[in-house]
Amino acid sequence: MSAIPKEEYLLKCTSACAGCSSSLCLRYVLKAAGPDSVLVVPACCTSVIQGIYPGTAMNVPVYNIAFAAAAACASGMSNAFETLGKETNVIVYAGDGGTVDIGIQALSGALERGTNFLYICYDNEAYGNTGMQRSGSTPLGARTTTTPDGKPTAKKDLDRIVEAHNPPYMATACSAYPLDLYKKVKKALSIPGPKFIHILAPCPPGWRYPTEKTVEIGKLAVRTGTWVLYEREYGKLAISGPSKAAMRRPAPLEDYIGAQGRFKNIKPEVIEEMRQGVEQNLQRFAREEAGVC
Amino acid sequence: MLTIATGNKAVATAVRDAKPGVVAAYPITPQTEIVEQIAEFVTAGDLVSQYIPVESEHSAMTACIGASVAGVRTFTATSSHGLLYMHEMVHWAAGARLPIVMANVNRALGPGWNTWAEHTDAFSQRDTGWLQVFVGTVQEAYDATLMAFKIAEDERVLLPVMVNLDGFSLSHIMQSLETVDPGDFLPEYHLPHAIDTENPCGYGPMTGLNDYFRFRWDIERSTRDSVGVIAEVEREFAERFGRSYGPTEEYRCEDADVIVIAMGTLGKEAEVAIDLLRSEGVKAGSMRLRWFRPFPDLDLAGRDVVVIDRGYSFGFGGVIANSVRAKTGIEPYSVIAGLGGQEVTYNDIADFVRDRRPGEEMWFGVSEDV
Repeated sequence: MSAIPKEEYLLKCTSACAGCSSSLCLRYVLKAAGPDSVLVVPACCTSVIQGIYPGTAMNVPVYNIAFAAAAACASGMSNAFETLGKETNVIVYAGDGGTVDIGIQALSGALERGTNFLYICYDNEAYGNTGMQRSGSTPLGARTTTTPDGKPTAKKDLDRIVEAHNPPYMATACSAYPLDLYKKVKKALSIPGPKFIHILAPCPPGWRYPTEKTVEIGKLAVRTGTWVLYEREYGKLAISGPSKAAMRRPAPLEDYIGAQGRFKNIKPEVIEEMRQGVEQNLQRFAREEAGVC
Repeated sequence: MLTIATGNKAVATAVRDAKPGVVAAYPITPQTEIVEQIAEFVTAGDLVSQYIPVESEHSAMTACIGASVAGVRTFTATSSHGLLYMHEMVHWAAGARLPIVMANVNRALGPGWNTWAEHTDAFSQRDTGWLQVFVGTVQEAYDATLMAFKIAEDERVLLPVMVNLDGFSLSHIMQSLETVDPGDFLPEYHLPHAIDTENPCGYGPMTGLNDYFRFRWDIERSTRDSVGVIAEVEREFAERFGRSYGPTEEYRCEDADVIVIAMGTLGKEAEVAIDLLRSEGVKAGSMRLRWFRPFPDLDLAGRDVVVIDRGYSFGFGGVIANSVRAKTGIEPYSVIAGLGGQEVTYNDIADFVRDRRPGEEMWFGVSEDV
């Protein structure tokens, strides 16, 4: 941890909820990126967290843009900086709704064009800013304000969509492992072209758990194998440390599900379906790591 | 340099001469030739610019927004459904006070599919905060595009400008074109609020009621100021390059008893009708409306007015007819004509004048029995 700079680019007194993990992540993202960086933020929790005009809790320029538009905005910015001979980091910090749903077309376009930028999706598995409506990234069985009986379909596999664009670098991360995130952002920004990091960001009011459990919930997501930490450099998969153990012997899924109010009263057959999903996913990664795909 | 070109090529050539740092490009009929021609300029090295082949018009306008605030001159072109698809970002560009220039090749809207000229696409962006100019010739398409950058980037304005040209009837016809070397007519791009990592700011965050209201007023204040800036720029253009423009282009209006008001190519067609009417002893004149936003003051006192609208506000009337009525208090004869590329000849326009019924509205070629 001593390698992490002391400089703060996300200042105190943000408007984030207590226990917010996405702002915790942003703090480490900006420490890794440093001052010569611009953040592009579509409509998401970070639109609110940064504070109200004329104040700002950010110590880097933040360009707020419409919901569907983050990747395209970053695209224009990145190309303009290239014209001007600047090496400023262009970083999108977007929620899951703005990424897997309304923003996916712009993201796909920017990746395909080889845009030199880093797109970070912090995923709290619902439209958090508007009060927890389901998104394409909401997992099976989770209750949201628009899925009061639990979501009937599985979480959209964003990473495989991004992977299909063959970016030179992509990774997953989780707020419970800030050093892992910090290193991944550092590595991403050292590589030219489109980079992508998908962060699982537990949300106390949305997932319905006590605020002090944010780190613990993130760790459970990884230990149960529900969330796999890895990176993919020029396509080559490397499972990250915390997920290696989980892949050998995942913790019981119920530890993760039972700790969150959004899965309250979930039916046993849905848990079984979730378990199968986790197992299939872990097997897929194991096969790929072993070179059997 | 004297050459011949289509309206589309004239726009693309003006963009080459304005040297934008970023061009966002997405094809749509009948605009496509503009982005194709710019791609050729970039490939040939005649324009040194980042050409971003975006995946949609929404992203085209957004990429221009990102590039413009990062500190470079930007351009994009669109038409019809493309303009509507980027509508959200059209508002954003003006609200963010970015001097983006966009050519809009005016085209009808589906359904049914119709790629011919109509002004409804531009009218639907009326209240976005963009300045809008409508051109009538290939030369004017070139000149207006060059001037658009200077007007938009003026610190008294800092608003985006849309250059409108009629689909096919101007975008695809060939006329003579004299290009110029803009020189210091177009100074280097300077945006006072460009992103600066040495001075980190939040752009467009959550904004309270009073500040938001003040920002809206600032847009209106700059739009009002743009009237003077447009006049200055058009005057300087005339002095340097010898071609004069104004908020309207008047043709034989001095002693006219009746004035035809139209925009785009129908405004040029009207000039032929005026000659015809004058040969019959009718004292008619044409006032082609160039600037739609800001909408100019018009001196029409004591004349009959015939307004030809190539677009319509359903349930309210012709858009230009109502604007003229609101601005002058005059009840014009409102002719709705040319929608979806309907052919309107100078003979038809002469008929509109001969048969005018001030205060009434007429849909050309449509019988109420049908």
